[in-house]
Amino acid sequence: MKADVGAPIGTPVVKSGAGEFLRLPPFTAKIGGAAEYVVIPAGALLASLLLFGIFVALFGKNPLDLYFYMYQGAFGTWFSWQNTLTRAAPLILTALCTALPAQLGMVIIGGEGALLIGALCATSAALAMPAAPPLVVDIAMAIAGMIGGGLWIMLSGALRQYRGVNETISSLLLVYIALAILNFLVEGPMRDPTSLNKPSTPEIGAANMIGSIPGTDVHWGFMFGIIAAVLSYILIYHTVFGFAARVAGGNLRAARVVGLSVGKLILIVCFLAGAAAGLAGMFEVAAVQGRANANLAAGYGFAGILVAFLARQNPLAVIPVAILLGGIGASGGLLQRRLGLPDASVLVLEGVIFVMVLASDTLYGRLSIFRAKGA
Amino acid sequence: MNFDKISRRGVLKGTAALTIGSVLPMSRALAADTTIGFIYVGSRDDYGYNQAHAAGAAALKKMPGIKVVEEEKVPETDAVEKTMESMINLDGATLLFPTSFGYYNPHMIKMAQKFPKLRFEHCGGLWTDKDPKNAGSYFGYIDEAQHVAGIVAGYSSKSGKLGFVAAKPIPQVLRNINAWTLGAKLANPKITTQVIFTGDWSMPVKEAEATNSLIDQGVDVITCHVDGPKTVVENAARRGAMVTGYHVNQAVLAPKAYLTGAEWNWEVLYPRFAKMFTSGETIPNFYRGGLKEEIVKVSPYGDMVTAEAKKKADEVKAALTSGNYVIFKGPIADNKGKTVIDAGVSRGQTDPELEKMSYLVEGVIGATS
Amino acid sequence: MADPGNIGLWTVPLAVLGGAVRVSTPFLFVSLGECITERSGRINLGLEGTLVMGAMAGYGISYLTGSPWVGVLAAGVTGAGMGALHAGICGLPRVNDIAVGIALMLFGVGLAFYLGKPLIEPTAPRLPAIDFGWWSDIPQLRAALRINVLFIIGVLLAPVLVWALRTTRWGLIIRTAGESSDAALAMGYSVNFIRLRATMFGGFLAGIGGSFLSLYYPGSWNEGLSSGQGITAVALVIFARWNPMLCLAASLLFGGAAALGPALQSVGYSHGYHLFNAAPYILTLLIMIATCSPKRTLIGAPAELSITR
Repeated sequence: MKADVGAPIGTPVVKSGAGEFLRLPPFTAKIGGAAEYVVIPAGALLASLLLFGIFVALFGKNPLDLYFYMYQGAFGTWFSWQNTLTRAAPLILTALCTALPAQLGMVIIGGEGALLIGALCATSAALAMPAAPPLVVDIAMAIAGMIGGGLWIMLSGALRQYRGVNETISSLLLVYIALAILNFLVEGPMRDPTSLNKPSTPEIGAANMIGSIPGTDVHWGFMFGIIAAVLSYILIYHTVFGFAARVAGGNLRAARVVGLSVGKLILIVCFLAGAAAGLAGMFEVAAVQGRANANLAAGYGFAGILVAFLARQNPLAVIPVAILLGGIGASGGLLQRRLGLPDASVLVLEGVIFVMVLASDTLYGRLSIFRAKGA
Repeated sequence: MNFDKISRRGVLKGTAALTIGSVLPMSRALAADTTIGFIYVGSRDDYGYNQAHAAGAAALKKMPGIKVVEEEKVPETDAVEKTMESMINLDGATLLFPTSFGYYNPHMIKMAQKFPKLRFEHCGGLWTDKDPKNAGSYFGYIDEAQHVAGIVAGYSSKSGKLGFVAAKPIPQVLRNINAWTLGAKLANPKITTQVIFTGDWSMPVKEAEATNSLIDQGVDVITCHVDGPKTVVENAARRGAMVTGYHVNQAVLAPKAYLTGAEWNWEVLYPRFAKMFTSGETIPNFYRGGLKEEIVKVSPYGDMVTAEAKKKADEVKAALTSGNYVIFKGPIADNKGKTVIDAGVSRGQTDPELEKMSYLVEGVIGATS
Repeated sequence: MADPGNIGLWTVPLAVLGGAVRVSTPFLFVSLGECITERSGRINLGLEGTLVMGAMAGYGISYLTGSPWVGVLAAGVTGAGMGALHAGICGLPRVNDIAVGIALMLFGVGLAFYLGKPLIEPTAPRLPAIDFGWWSDIPQLRAALRINVLFIIGVLLAPVLVWALRTTRWGLIIRTAGESSDAALAMGYSVNFIRLRATMFGGFLAGIGGSFLSLYYPGSWNEGLSSGQGITAVALVIFARWNPMLCLAASLLFGGAAALGPALQSVGYSHGYHLFNAAPYILTLLIMIATCSPKRTLIGAPAELSITR
């Protein structure tokens, strides 16, 4: 991480009358620190929405209409909620692909590639066992998807560990390579001859498709995403392995001195990260498309990077952030149709949110409201 | 301190309550209004595929009693299912046009099964009896227009080498390549068409590279089958080659180089569908047509087109329009020497064998895999 | 009768040469700019967004003013603005510059698409090219040697930057900020201000690189213009060992690899074209694997760069 050069000399120390008034009483001082982690990002979110509202107003649209339709499209009705959750489902898993290696201090942005490879492996598994019962097929697909995705990101980790290749760049290059492999296989060796105008693999079979969570239109990938996020959280924060990973992420040299096997940590964590994205790919095939084709490359991996960073790489926080981003995406259609805004406005909003949340990083520990009295 | 007070949810709830009275009405349309929804996979002004559909939608907007809602850049994933549902639930759409090929299966089919009383019309899909009855697919035999364009290209080429920038080797694209080449061969039996596949529907850098590579090879007339022909048309014109367009009329981009082009005529078809729909008539589930049914058209000829070319092209165009002409008439051999259509066999436009085309005719340089 | 245009398989290397010149220019400008930025100790992954913003701004201004060169300038200024934004946010304490880069990539691309919607249809005046192959009869050679002025500027810029980094005062200041912020502070310079200017310069060049895409090759604005070129250029900087001359070589290599696919197809070899389309990325990865090693990897890397920690 960047060296902290300290507050520039001459920064005034914040002491305001309002600050005095708002200081937390001593017994809540302990949770004051934790509250920071919710309020500051929430504040950044609000500021982004305001900024975006101003931006849109410059183009002649009413910002209040904007907020209304965003809410309507994301959380306003049961239908919107389902839209939001459906979009959030793959994001939780692909965000884990960035959040897990981040614990080790690695910046991996290859979730999209792992998703595609995972999807291909899952499809191959399903096509290889045409006569097996659906449950067996689904389990096999999940395992194949996780292994495929896991190996792909593990490759990036291994290149970093054994060849010193920067993992951000190698994981990105692997995305483009995975895309080429997908196109090559889907249009060539794995192509279903009857899929004439849309080259695809053969279908995995309607019986093998994964359905929706009962009572909703949202597929099971969402639940499994939540499970994966919770398990990741427990792994990172409540196991020795996770602790070792975080130590290595904090200070590599200290970790080595203490005797941690950093190489093993890197490989395992990368595998788990890729497995999460690979599982997302498997769900895209088994619950949405029914086969593998170019539609799988829908940018879920890249959106997952955004989710991970906004969630500050915390696996549990990934869940609400993914839902939030799913909501923004879900409202995009309504913004297009009602306000005539171009589809790119969703991108602009996401960019603004990301920038504001990152900029607000600097406020941690500096706002006197959160400091206990007498601190 | 109660931080809930300043939570985002709270602000939005309050704002929503404030604006609910003053907000724009949600399809509080007159009972007579029919709402038609259009979904595009790319942007509406791509000078290509999506723009052609948008032109059709624009024609609908001019019709009384018809309201049109559009959404662009919708990916071919479950997102399009949600878009369709949103248009149905929130906009009251009763007729939907998901215009990209990949929307059909499974997405549009699922929606058609969920809303049996509404109508879904898909461009390019292959409707069969197994699909829901309230779903339909339509397409235009644009290879007829490409055939006519190919004739003009054949007469205009001085080097005898033509070029085709294509996205993927799927039947609809191969049919265009073959029809164009067969047309050019009417003008010059020894003509060749060099094909380059870019790999995807919209890749401007690859398309520009392909165009330049073709011209480096001596090609002097180029056409393409990609989502946005603007790149190919402009790059070819800049190198001094001539072009025939595709999807929409790109003459304004290269006035001196544009010979003619194969265009969609959705502006005629969509109002036709809308009239059928509002009057209660059922739109046929499998709707195909070409020049005769006015679903496709040929662009006006550019200044560079010779009188001889115009004469032959007009002749063939008239024959196609009257339904008396077969493009894929045997014997036709592919570029590997195999006979793909035997002598005496005529494959008319509606022949299902043509929808499975997987070869390139003799004279085309390139491979489908 | 000899047809000067019929040179058979020689088309492939000529096309690769032509492609190397054509396709490499944006990579060249972005990597040269990022080279300076990284030498000052900051990594700017947001150059993809800057590139696309530059392309949009250049096209738009060229269309509005009728002069492509004003467009190029506008693109550069836009890029410098994006760079300033990056530097401004990274200058705040505790902010992670890699994350900011990704954020600005997203923001830049979104903003460019949003503002660029009305620019997809119109045609803007374009940059001219100089015909270096006028002496030849062979059209392919002539085409390959039709070189845009920006490429020439880029090629000249590389050695100039090497010289500047090595011998001028500014070069020394930038390198000091990159090697040790403490040393720069001790010299009395504000590290943040140095990095601000270095990032703005990098953004300026990246914006110009973007304008090349929309104003020359492929020469029009649409949303598929860049496919990760900005971020690949950042990769090029690393395996060019932060040396501007190697950035030039790497860009040419990459551009040539990108032209290989269509060139092979044009002589009739089209098997597996998808894999050829991935050739530049595979090549970059292989070269990085070959030239990095866990011990040597970041020798030559500015010590302040966050990725070295």
